[in-house]
Parts: sequence; structure tokens; C-alpha cells
Amino acid sequence: MTTRSNTQFLLNGKPVTLDAISAGDTLLDYLRLQKRLTGTKEGCAEGDCGACTVLVGRLNKGQLNYETVNACIRFMASLDGCHIVTVEYLSGPDGRMHPVQQAMVDFHGSQCGFCTPGFVMSLYALWMETPEPTETQIETALQGNLCRCTGYEPIIRAAQSINTYGSPAQDALNTERAAVTSQLQAMADGQRVELRTDDSLAILPADVDDLAAALLEHPDATMVAGATDVGLWVTKFLKTISPAIFLSHLEELREIEQSDGMIRMGAGVSYSGSADTLCAAFPHLRDYWDRIAGWQIRNMGTIGGNVANGSPIGDTPPVLIALGAQVILRKGDARRTLPVEAFFIDYGKQDLAAGEFVERIDIPLAQPGSLHAAYKISKRRDEDISSVAVGLNVTVQDGQITNARIAFGGMAATPKRAAAVEAALIGQPWSEATISAAAAKLPEDFQPLTDWRASSEYRMRSAQNLLRRFWLENAATDAPVRLMRA
Amino acid sequence: MHDDTRPDAALTPPADRTLSGGVHVDRRHDSAVKHVTGRAEYADDIAEPVGTLHAYLGLSERAHAKLRNVDLDAVRNAPGVIDVLTADDIPGVNDVSPTGRDDEPVLATDKIEFWGQPIFAVIAETRDQARRAAHLAQIDYEDLPHVLEADAAQNADMPYVTPPLTLKRGDAPVAMKNAKHRIKGQMRVGGQDHMYLEGHIAFAIPGEDEDVIVHSSTQHPTEAQHMVAHVLGVASNAVTVNVRRMGGGFGGKETQMNLFCAVAAIAAKRLNRPVKIRPDRDDDMSATGKRHDFVIDYEVGFDDDGKIEAVTGEFAARCGFSSDLSGPVTDRALFHADNAYFYPHVLLNSHPMKTNTVSNTAFRGFGGPQGVIIAERIIEEIAYHRSRDSLDIRKLNFYGEGRDITPYHQTVEDNIAPQIVADLEARSDYAERRQAVLDWNAKGGVIRKGIALTPVKFGISFTATWYNQAGALVHIYSDGSIHLNHGGTEMGQGLNTKVAQVVADAFQADFETIKITKTTTEKVPNTSATAASSGTDLNGMAALDACEQIKARLVEFAADTWNVAPEAVRFLPGSVQIGDEVISFPDLIKAAYMARIHLSAAGFYKTPKIHWDRDKGTGRPFYYYAYGAAVSEVSIDTLTGEYIVDRADVLHDVGRSLNPVIDRGQVEGAFIQGMGWLTTEELWWDEKGQLRTHAPSTYKIPLASDRPRIFNVDLADWSENRENTIKRSKAVGEPPFMLGISVLEALSMAVASVDDYRTCPRLNAPATPERVLMAVERLQGEG
Repeated sequence: MTTRSNTQFLLNGKPVTLDAISAGDTLLDYLRLQKRLTGTKEGCAEGDCGACTVLVGRLNKGQLNYETVNACIRFMASLDGCHIVTVEYLSGPDGRMHPVQQAMVDFHGSQCGFCTPGFVMSLYALWMETPEPTETQIETALQGNLCRCTGYEPIIRAAQSINTYGSPAQDALNTERAAVTSQLQAMADGQRVELRTDDSLAILPADVDDLAAALLEHPDATMVAGATDVGLWVTKFLKTISPAIFLSHLEELREIEQSDGMIRMGAGVSYSGSADTLCAAFPHLRDYWDRIAGWQIRNMGTIGGNVANGSPIGDTPPVLIALGAQVILRKGDARRTLPVEAFFIDYGKQDLAAGEFVERIDIPLAQPGSLHAAYKISKRRDEDISSVAVGLNVTVQDGQITNARIAFGGMAATPKRAAAVEAALIGQPWSEATISAAAAKLPEDFQPLTDWRASSEYRMRSAQNLLRRFWLENAATDAPVRLMRA
Repeated sequence: MHDDTRPDAALTPPADRTLSGGVHVDRRHDSAVKHVTGRAEYADDIAEPVGTLHAYLGLSERAHAKLRNVDLDAVRNAPGVIDVLTADDIPGVNDVSPTGRDDEPVLATDKIEFWGQPIFAVIAETRDQARRAAHLAQIDYEDLPHVLEADAAQNADMPYVTPPLTLKRGDAPVAMKNAKHRIKGQMRVGGQDHMYLEGHIAFAIPGEDEDVIVHSSTQHPTEAQHMVAHVLGVASNAVTVNVRRMGGGFGGKETQMNLFCAVAAIAAKRLNRPVKIRPDRDDDMSATGKRHDFVIDYEVGFDDDGKIEAVTGEFAARCGFSSDLSGPVTDRALFHADNAYFYPHVLLNSHPMKTNTVSNTAFRGFGGPQGVIIAERIIEEIAYHRSRDSLDIRKLNFYGEGRDITPYHQTVEDNIAPQIVADLEARSDYAERRQAVLDWNAKGGVIRKGIALTPVKFGISFTATWYNQAGALVHIYSDGSIHLNHGGTEMGQGLNTKVAQVVADAFQADFETIKITKTTTEKVPNTSATAASSGTDLNGMAALDACEQIKARLVEFAADTWNVAPEAVRFLPGSVQIGDEVISFPDLIKAAYMARIHLSAAGFYKTPKIHWDRDKGTGRPFYYYAYGAAVSEVSIDTLTGEYIVDRADVLHDVGRSLNPVIDRGQVEGAFIQGMGWLTTEELWWDEKGQLRTHAPSTYKIPLASDRPRIFNVDLADWSENRENTIKRSKAVGEPPFMLGISVLEALSMAVASVDDYRTCPRLNAPATPERVLMAVERLQGEG
């Protein structure tokens, strides 16, 4: 197999070829320091404020999709064959403002203006996808954008009016879509890409088999998928990630399909990319999925990465464990399958051998009679890391609980099933008394820690109360038992 | 009598010609187009001259320690490193205390007093290199015991960082003793990080002699200038500080940029190369100050109706390791501990405690919010005690006739709190909605609701009386275009827009003919911080003074030249009527220039009437008060403590608004920021004294989805400032921040419902979901 030693992409419609980039080079630094495209701002360098929001267009099965991303933690090496669109591209060559920009001006959506280009880009992506968004859709699209001045109200009003200023069909990204697609297709030469500097190596494998091979060549390599965690290793902890193997470009890993009672999800499927399939199969995940990070992070971050990284406060593991999901690990040509809960051994330690990677996650569809829920508690409702998260999957037959899979995040050093609670449920009648008795067992399963997100006491108390919420939601009651914003 | 300078061309003004961008009209922010296109230039966007170097700070990793040994060899030897600065390398004085107390070193010498204190600075070819090198220092600490909280500092006999204040009127101890009912309580009120989206930055460019130019994101260029001169050991006239705009300030850039300006300037002069310093977000939040946390012990005595007879309050503040602005901040907490209410007998003491934490600083409201929140807590206590709607208790205790003297002996002359509250109560259907909330809660479900109406009265003027001055510089060029400069700084609040509107109105020249320029110490000297909501009041007046001077010369010139009475010279939109003739404004200017009329003026303003004797605790520290009120309605989940703000209605007083849409933006933004302070924004230190909420991943400011879905914000259009302020407007930056207190009290009511409103929940702030749940469980336990 041949390899290519440079990276090619489009930046605001113009082709760029770069020979020497390091694995840890970020898109934001490239834009600001090398290209002096200073409209894109650094607010936090951790993907939490959105001031650096840009669009990245990428081909998926021949279709060109543009998504918002945080340039601060997006690595340059991951952009091979992509179209990067910054705020500077919106006004067009004649200098006339874009509908998004005009709406923001007319509705007074900026005060200090520093967050504004990021808001413009998020609203741009929303308008392209949903020209007439609901208020909830606007809020969801803006979860990853912080504004400290306006209180957001004028930005929401602007977002509601963009489509009166112009339609997405006339937007450059649509009128130029065919041309850009063919340019990007020409760049996709199917080769492995190896980007080297004196002290860095970044590998973009040609396909999944090549990924397996590359990882055997470099068993110590840093695996980079969405970079929503690895990005912070670089920007916050100044770590060197070379050699790094990038995999977000691999279309095979972005496949998600449903057949034979199973959802099979490539490890590179993003939170956004999984939402339609997963939430259709498991409607209880809808609200939960929209509360994973912000839009940009949902576009970048992968479920495989969320599992592989082994964090005790990842959003998806409790849910996947409750659903009985399995993780398919691959090393070379050898594959093995583990229940997701068995993958997590201890804090920072997963059942993953050197040279091995998460290739796929399989989720069995719900069994009849099973009751499902997924709850997350965080200090701020949206774009926050959970204090406590729980996935619940309880099977009730003829009024008796026959099976229970309940997994918590934020309660232990790993995402973990509540064994004592499950045991207290199984074989018992489905009743408030059973739930109360089971909730009383929770301290046997967990001794949560106190940190800045929550105290140990709060974690335990609210986790117990979430079991009670589960009961109440499934009991016949008209009264609402949880807050829904819409 | 004609002469050569008189233009030939005369024109007739179109009857419908209106001025573009005059006063009292909506006008978009002057930089709005630049904001949305990414073309607005912030300090980090300025093109760097060849040879620019980058500095980075090395910060302490102890809260309190002696520095035994600081080994910087690895830092010096790191790739790209050009130089390393320690305290010994400071040519002038190693101090940036803004109040001259000499307690705030730029770089630590022998001791560390908070986690994150700068010890050294490293200068490298790139920022990345400097940043990496800064982490290579080997520092040997000798740990000392540390104190983090204000009350812990009192218990540990820590000193005051600045002299405390007492406000006293009547005989509070005796009145308290005689009161029929008394309640004692304590409230803990958390601090707040500014979380301006643009972090601190300074970019110094060396010049000849001792000169240096510093571009910074600062609310106080003059202070930065003085501090740079102080640390360099040069006269202020060698230092120029420029700021075109900030990406948010909120008080966080009133003094805290001094550190960065000082380091950049020292390095730039030492190396004779431009030096930029920009900390990352974590360092910015660790090394720079925030809103003061307070622990407040209060007691109130009242009668059966709930009328207050006496109030006492002890206000202990976490000031951090140095005084910074803690004196005026804690003073202002006391000044606002009455909010809109008359205390017949009152005794208030401040306790500005030294702690081993970053030195706290200015933040929108400047201590005022921590005072107002206690007034509202006291009202709430009385309401639960008397089983009354807290709004009734508020109305009973408002300032009024014969009840109009504040704890600092200023007479409240402009009280419109009762009108604002009555107006809002009606607009928001408060009574019906409160009944609906009570009915909902009576059903006893998991989700409970709460509603509260809280007012604000906020004193306008710097309590440091000499700060209430401002300058402006206006030039008219011979083509009729106008150059506007003033001492205020633009941080998003629309100050430049409003001042330009004043100038446009003065000359009847379209807004578009006025060039708003960067703030620079070269043009207007000895300015005050753009703070205390004063920007427009002070700089608008100073600009108007400059305009009036030029106008007077133009009128005299026109009257002489056209041989008409001065009264016959009138400025019309875009033109000037001189007797029966009308000529364009540019033509008049051209003619005036040819006649050698001086077309530039420096304006000046100082606020009248104010005076303050701090030792006696009496005076008139405030020129006037701004008022407002808000009703918030919330829902809480009694299983988890999570909540949603369902609706907020705001009515706010900005006098006769110079620019209603910009003022409204200030009110909306302040409300949400105030809500954030009291809900999800939690500063959390670990037991070692390290702040662990130091970036947006861990420090949670409100999102779009946190704002009330129904958010009705109105300006009290019937209000007009009774004082002669700029166009009878009122300051707007800070007062509406305190409207967020209505959210806290609404949450409190929802909590109180679980024991049928028998107990005041005494929610501490911020009322995170955890605090709400714990309060629910506490009340359920008591109930």
C-alpha cells in the first residue's frame, strides 16, 4: 500500500496542501497564527465555550455534510479531505453580509462581540439543516456556545428570523456543493497518510484493516477519534500525543445499522450520527442524548471513544450497560466481544490490550415488557458533565420484576452496575415498596466521592431518588415527575 | 458683511430630514457588523510585528507557603526560551496594588499567599514554547497553614486587608431588644467568576527612551499606565495604554490586567522586542480575582405587621490575599444592605477578611448585590414568620415620606420603587400567578413551583468621589468628519455608541460622520475606570462639554460672518441654519477652518452634589439611584433539586434612555448573569486551597437553554432622571444584575412548599440543584 506524506483540504473554498504538521497541531492555532483568520476566537481551548466554532464539511458515502466543530480541540491531521469554513467565508466576495449575520445585527445579537463569530457559525449550521427552527431546536443548537453579555434573548430572536433574510438553497455551501464534492473526492485517494515532523508522527489509516495494521506497527500510539478528550490532553495538559493514529475519517467506522434485533454501531459513530437510529429504537434516550455536551462536541465525539476512554462520568456507558450492549474489540485480525460493563476494570484501566482497539458496539433492541429510562443530573442542565447518570432497564412480567440492568455513572471509579439494587428488584413485585427497598441497597453498591460537581451525599441521595422517579414515571400518574423544558 | 470664508453654496434642508443616530433612539452597536463578520479587532488579533515574543506566567501550586528555592534552570533551557523574569528583574516597584497599599506583588518574592500566584514569567519565541517552559520550574515550598473562607478567617484571627466600615443610624441594639419579633440568621453568598469570553491579554511594544505602548483588554487604561510606569520605574508620560474593545469585562478587567500589562512591559523594555502575554483560561481564572464571597450574619426586629424596626448585619467577605478593591467593594455591600427599604434603626459592619485565595475584585454590582441579597433575605424571613406574601412585606417597608434616610444618612429623593413594583405587579399578573403557584403546590406533587417579585435600588456614583470625573476629546476635521475620543472603554455595553449619539445630537451630525476611536491614555489623561455603571454618565457629559465648546466657537463665527444674532444660528440635521440661510455642516466647518476657528476641544465633567465622609459614615455618596424590579417563576424537582426558570418579567428604570435597545440588552444580560451567580455558578476550592472550577468545563454560566422561556423585559418609559444627567438618562450596567435575586427567592418558595411555607428555607447561594435538594430534604425532615 502506498502512503501519502501530506494532507490536503479546502479552506474557505481554496485548496491547501500541508507537508509538515504535528499530531497535536490544532485547527484554531492554524487559523489564527498561520492564516491570520482571526475571526475565530479562543475562549477556553477545551471545547466548552464555542467561540472557536467553525464548520467542517466531510464526505460520507459521497455525500458532503457540514458540521459545527470546536476548532480549539480539532487536530489539523484529522482534516484531510475536509472543507473548513470559517466566519470569514460567510460575507462573500462582494462583502455583503450573510443572512445569519444580518439577522444577528438587526436583532442586536452581539454586545462585546467576542463569542459572536462562534454563534454565527452555529446558527449558520442550524439554518442550513433546519431553516425554520423551533425555540427548542435553537437552544439545542446553541448548547455549545457561551455568551456572557446578552443573556441570549436577542440571539434567539435573530435565529428565529434568519430564514426571512435568505434561503439555504442560495447559500454558497449549497450552490458550490457539487464542485466542492468533486474537489474533496479528488483528494480522497484511498492512501494511508503519514504526516511527519522531526518529533511527530500522525497516521491516517487507509481503512479499518489498515488501522488494525497501523496499531500493530505502533502499539503505543494515541488513538484519536473525535478528539473531544484527547484534544484537552494537548491544549490543557500539554501532552505529546505522537505517534497518533486518527480514525474519524474512516467511513466504515461511521456506519450504524439495525438488523436481527441488534443495532451495530461502528466505533467512529458520533453522538450526532447515532441519535436518529438510537432514539428511534429507544425513545427514552431522546432527552438524554440532547444533553450530551454541546452540538459541536456531539458532532465530533464518538461513542466508541466515550467507551474506550473509560471515564467514570462518560454519558453513554451507563446507558449502554443498561441496554446490554457489547463492545467488539479488534487486534490485527482477531476480534473478541465483551459486555460493556466488563470492559471497565478500574479507574483509567480498561480491558484493552496493546495494539487493540474498539471497533464496534452492538446494542440489542428492547425486549417486550422492559421498562427503560436514562437520567442525568448535572449542575447546569445542558452542556455539563454529569454528577450522576443512570441507565435503567427493568423487565416486568405479570407484575413481577424478572430482570434488571441498572448502571450508574459518577458513583464509582468506573461506570458500574448497581448489583445490590438489581438483586433487590429481581423476583419482587413491581411496586413502590420494592423500589424503596432497592433504593435502600444503593449504599452497598456505591460510595461516591465529593468533588466540584457534587458531594457524596448529594450523589447518593439523588441517585436513590432517581430510582423513585423511575417508579413514578411508570406508575399511572398524571402529575409530572420531572422537568421538561419544552 | 461677507468675507472670503463664507461659502457660496446654500441649501434648503428637506423638511423630512431626520438625524441618523441621535439620542433617545434605538441604534445598533457601532461594531455590530464587525462582530458578526469576525472583523472586530481584539488585542490578540492585532498583527504582531516581526520579532514579537510571548510571555507566560509560572504560578504557585500552594495556597500558603514560603518559597524555599525556585529552580528555573529547566525553564531557561527549554526550547525557544529567551528570558525568564523573577521579582528581582523588576526595574521599578514590585507592586500593582490599585489602592496604593503596596500589598500586591507582580511576582512573588519569598512567600506564596494563594494557589495560582505568579512566581516568574518566561519569555519565548512562541506562546506554546513559553507555556510549556513555564511548567518546568522546580519549586521547593515550605507549606504554611491556609485559610479559605471568610468566617474561617475570622476564627483564625486573620487580619483585615483594608479598614472596615460601620454604617449606623439610630440605636439598633435597643430597638432590636424592644422589637416584638426578632429573627437571627446567616447567609453564605458565593463569589462569581467574570467568565468574560476574551481572557486577559497585554501586548507591549517598546519605543525610544523609556517609552512603551501597551495594548490591553482593560477597563482602566489610566491605571494600567500608572502601574506599568510604577513597575518600570519611569514617569507615566513614557507609557501609553490603548484599548479598542474588550471581549467582556464585567469588572474583571478593572484592576486585574495590571499584572499582565506589567509583565509584558517589563519584558518588552528589557529585551527591546514586542512581548505579548495571554494566559490560558485556567490560569486566567486561577490567577485573577472574582466577585467576593460573603458570610453575612443578620438580625431583624419587626412588628406584627412585618414592619422592620431594627436591622443589624455583620458582612464578612473573602477578600483574598491582598486588598485590591476590597475596601470599596465591602463598603458598597453595606451601602446596599437596605436595598429599597427603610431601617429605622440600623447597624452594619464590614469585615474585609484576608484569606489565602486569589485577591477578589470588582464584578458588576461591586458588593452591592451581596448587600441587596441580605435585604431581600430579611424580607423573606419576615414573610415566612408572619405567613404573608413577601411582596406585602416589601411594600410595607419601602422608603417613603418621613422614612427616607439611608443607613449612610443620604436622603432618598428620587424613590420610584413603589411605582416600579406596582407597575410590574400589574403587567406580570403577579397576584393571579402567585395563586396558581400556590394551587399547584397544594396538589403535593414532585414538581413544585415558586414565584417572587424583588426590587432593586442601586446607588450611582463611585464612592471614591474623585473617580467621578471624565474627559473627552473631539476633533472636527476640515471635511466635516468628526473624531470622537473619550476616557471610557468599550466592553460590549455600547458606551461608544451612546457617546457618539450624544455627539451626533450636539452637532446634529449624522452618526455615520463620527469616527469612534480606540481609548488611549495619549488623548485623554487621568481617566477613571469604566466601571460603576458610570461610563455614559461621565463620558457622555465630557463629550458633550467638548461639543459645546466647539459649537460655541462655530456659533460665534457664523454670527459674526453672516452678521446675525447668535440665537439665529441653529444646528439642523446635517446642516446649519444661519439667519435665513441654510448651509451644510461640512460647508460650515470648511468655512470655519478657513477662518482659523479652533475645531478641537477637550471636554471635562465632574459629578456634582456628591460627598462622603467615610470615617463618620455620612454623606451623599450617590448622585441618584436607579431602580428596577423582576418577577421570576420557577419549577423545581423535589427528587433531584433540578430546576427551570419558567418565566421572568422585568421592569427597569433607565431614566430617559439614550438608546432603548442597548439599555434593554444590558438589562437582559444582567438579569441572566445575576441568575447565574445565584444558581449554577459555583466556585469550589479543594482542601489544599486550589480552585477546581477554573474553566467553562467546570464553572457553569447560564446557557441559552437556561434563560426563562418567557422573558418579558421592559424599560420604565415613564421615568426620567430628576438629576441633570446626560439627557436625563440613568446608568444601566449594574443595577439590573440584582434582579436575578428574584430567581433565588422563587426557588426558595418552591422549596418552602414542602413544609407548607412554615419555614424560611434559607437557601445559600449559589442555589445549585444540590443545595435545592438538600434544602427540600431538610424541610421535609422538619415538617
